[in-house]
Amino acid sequence: MTCSDFLQELTDYLDGAMDAQTHAELEDHLQWCHNCYVVCNTTKMTIEIYRDSQLYELPEDLRGRLRAAILSKCQGHGSEGQ
Amino acid sequence: MGTIQPRVIEPSDETVLVHAAKAGDISAFEELVKRYDRNVFRIAQHITQNREDAEDVVQDAFLKAFQNLANFQEQSKFYTWLVRIAVNEALMRLRRRRPERMVSLDEDIKTEEDSMPREVADWAPNPEQLYTQGELKEILGKTIQGLPPSFRTVFVLRDVEGLSTEETADALDLSIPAVKSRLLRARLQLRERLSKYFKNRTGGDGKK
Repeated sequence: MTCSDFLQELTDYLDGAMDAQTHAELEDHLQWCHNCYVVCNTTKMTIEIYRDSQLYELPEDLRGRLRAAILSKCQGHGSEGQ
Repeated sequence: MGTIQPRVIEPSDETVLVHAAKAGDISAFEELVKRYDRNVFRIAQHITQNREDAEDVVQDAFLKAFQNLANFQEQSKFYTWLVRIAVNEALMRLRRRRPERMVSLDEDIKTEEDSMPREVADWAPNPEQLYTQGELKEILGKTIQGLPPSFRTVFVLRDVEGLSTEETADALDLSIPAVKSRLLRARLQLRERLSKYFKNRTGGDGKK
């Protein structure tokens, strides 16, 4: 397995979406290839940092205003299914 | 090395809420809004990169969903259907703001070169602790803003919101290989750009 092959499989590897044999080959590559180990580890950290970052959280006051606006518009328009 | 665990989606009485909302029960629809307004806002702001647009997307996406509930066939989850509406609204606003640039989910980068790792220094053990919460959000926001819209859309749905590859493909009308290819490149480009902030600085205090 080359580094380029490893990179192609990286997303499935991180998502745990692969067969046991390919998984074992990737683990084997990671044992000896430091660069791929770093890329894999820091890509995983990238995902975790974004997932845990609370970037673009909806503030409660804005949330209340938006919800009121949505419901008022829904009441005004009605559902086409009714 | 462990795998990334998907965000757990709450078990739901969602079908009951959707049926009640379809029958015109506004309080059932309000429950659906409460359940997903934060997610829709986050997705909209990731795509549009504009707070005002994100607010409009939240309102318009829910209104459209309400008006079209009768057409929702329930072959997918309500949330996936709602995300599809929200993504379309967000992309429409992005196109309006940047008419000079064509914004499309089909947009693709011609070569793989843009995603080839160049920076292979390891990161500090807890890189997010190198910065204050405010600094970190600024770094993350600035970094994701630099990605093509099609990449950050796939990234936010898969990695931030925890949709499966199949659900993401369904919500974006993309093939599964197209989702996987964009996700790989989005992840690698973000990693590359974040490396300059988070890499291990031997002998230093880890700060810029």
